Amino acid sequence: MARAITPQRKALNTALAWGVGLLIFFPILWTILTSFKTEAQAISDPPVFLFFDWTLENYSVVQERSDYGRFLWNSIIIAGGSTLLGILIAVPAAWSMAFVPSKRTKDILLWMLSTKMLPAVGVLYPIYLIFIKMGLLDTKLGLVIVLMLINLPIIVWMLYTYFKEIPGEILEAARMDGAGLREEVLFILTPMAIPGIASTLLLNVILAWNEAFWTLNLTAAKAAPLTAFIASYSSPEGLFYAKLSAASTMAIAPILILGWFSQKQLVSGLTFGAVK
Amino acid sequence: MFARHALSAATAVSLLAAGGASAETITIATVNNGDMIRMQGLTDDFTEKTGHEVEWVTLEENVLRQRVTTDITTKGGQFDVMTIGMYETPIWGKNGWLVPLDDLPADYDADDILPAMRGGLSVDGTLYAAPFYGESSMIMYRTDLMEQAGLEMPEAPTWDFVAEAARAMTDKDAGIYGICLRGKAGWGENMAFLTATANAFGARWFDENWQPQFDQPEWKETLEFYVNLMNDAGPPGASNNGFNENLSLFQQGKCGMWIDATVAASFVTNPEDSTVADKVGFALAPDTGKGKRGNWLWAWALAIPAGTQKEDAAKEFIQWATSKEYIELVAENEGWANVPPGARSSLYENPNYKDIPFAKMTLESILSADPTNPTVDPVPYVGVQFAAIPEFAGIAGQVGQEFAAALAGQQSVDEALAKAQALTTDEMEAAGY
Repeated sequence: MARAITPQRKALNTALAWGVGLLIFFPILWTILTSFKTEAQAISDPPVFLFFDWTLENYSVVQERSDYGRFLWNSIIIAGGSTLLGILIAVPAAWSMAFVPSKRTKDILLWMLSTKMLPAVGVLYPIYLIFIKMGLLDTKLGLVIVLMLINLPIIVWMLYTYFKEIPGEILEAARMDGAGLREEVLFILTPMAIPGIASTLLLNVILAWNEAFWTLNLTAAKAAPLTAFIASYSSPEGLFYAKLSAASTMAIAPILILGWFSQKQLVSGLTFGAVK
Repeated sequence: MFARHALSAATAVSLLAAGGASAETITIATVNNGDMIRMQGLTDDFTEKTGHEVEWVTLEENVLRQRVTTDITTKGGQFDVMTIGMYETPIWGKNGWLVPLDDLPADYDADDILPAMRGGLSVDGTLYAAPFYGESSMIMYRTDLMEQAGLEMPEAPTWDFVAEAARAMTDKDAGIYGICLRGKAGWGENMAFLTATANAFGARWFDENWQPQFDQPEWKETLEFYVNLMNDAGPPGASNNGFNENLSLFQQGKCGMWIDATVAASFVTNPEDSTVADKVGFALAPDTGKGKRGNWLWAWALAIPAGTQKEDAAKEFIQWATSKEYIELVAENEGWANVPPGARSSLYENPNYKDIPFAKMTLESILSADPTNPTVDPVPYVGVQFAAIPEFAGIAGQVGQEFAAALAGQQSVDEALAKAQALTTDEMEAAGY
């Protein structure tokens, strides 16, 4: 039974939600605002909020200094490629764990997640050496593989939870009608789990887009994505805050827009199965 | 068949004429700062002269350090030229990780490199990295506030004078603090400043037998002096302030004095960014009459990792970027105030450069720093604001945390020093000293 909600309470909830939303969005907003200031305004104390001389100078400086298009292209390939590859591997894995679990399934799931608890820098040297041997340093392929491996536990976990919500009887019925394993996964399971798969895809694109350890440490000039583009504008000795903000805004803009247009899928996927 | 031979011969001849070797693309890792960005903008001149193309990997200083260290220790071969500092060069050179730069041609004039820079970038007399620009530290002060306080800054002040002036200039109600110093934890942040300052107070990191010295009275005197001064005359929240934070405070007229890198002089005197551009004076970093000044020495230098396939092209690049001609090129394009300072003696003899207000003090600061003999009592290490051993960065990072906590009032000076002594002793024993 739905609880009766008074108008006052509703207004309060709305205000609270807006408040939390603005609080979370504020750093991004501040970055965007700073990108339109001069370096002197960027650090002025007290800070100026809206009433400053808006300038596009930082953007033109950044455009002139760096090849944004190349960094962007690398980011798209790396984030997209690692996510698609991850989904390809994770769908069968999550299927088997959700529908034909064994005694060890829970342990395997937990064990997979435990790999996320290791600080990345702990395996930097082994991975770097493997990359040298395989000629993968500074290649997009190398980063696609590494980021796929890093996000795989999350992809498997998310898909596993979505698949668990799908009644096994439907799959059984398909099997009774003569569907093979391939048909079962491709034509019965996948269409039903589309919202879940879509939100997994989106979340992993975002995670891979923002990944800033491996993408910085395994690239040089050729495969460097937008994280390296941002890092080239940060400096402990010299004021680059406005330019850094412009670079950051340019780096997050594509993913911000993607997130904006797909927020419906994201929310429905993330709350999928939460309400019975 | 004959045609192909003729063609390749012709190509070879034309390339020889262009650069002496075949044209290559070299990858250069560098830091993000004004001088380096200017160099990237002038790369076309290098390509025109030699035929070699350049690909830049520009990263924030600490990211870059981690990145190139990973690559050189694993022989990853991702970079043909690396921008490294005075801390890494002697360690890496000794390990055989860098190509020695002892065969530079006569017209490069390696003897023109400032002796302090050359000493800090060499191992046993062999140069392993060519300085692109060098810096020391000095006092930048507000001439108007000094006058208001009724004091006059000598060219070579003592710490006692600086402390007196700082307290006199402070007007907390007006938001003016007599002195801004680094407080943010980090071996290249507060520890760079405090290690150099400690030298002036007669303290040292290690004695001749590599025994940590934080339990000695000189360190206590240094740290107490610093914490008391910052409490009386420093800005609030100083334990979060590094170079950039102090720069912005000074540019907005909130600091009476600031002791930091000499490169800051061009920022604080630039009227576009600084509200106090026409009221800044310079003086040598203070001493305590013990014969050493609290000014550091640093260089960003270009080095070639051993094992690169493009050693010749890399060498040509280093010669171009650290040459006298490069300085002229920058001066032509961007003006004399923007040439990379602190690397070559000839720059300071140049009449065009003598007019730059901070040129003289920068040179005198660099000349008064001696990385091979940095402290009052003898030490087994090289380096003014650091000890050039691989363990230093890690240890000083932790000690920096303790000292920052003392500045923030979370622990006493004695507690901070006791912890520093204990952790340094542990780490050094574990490292086998």
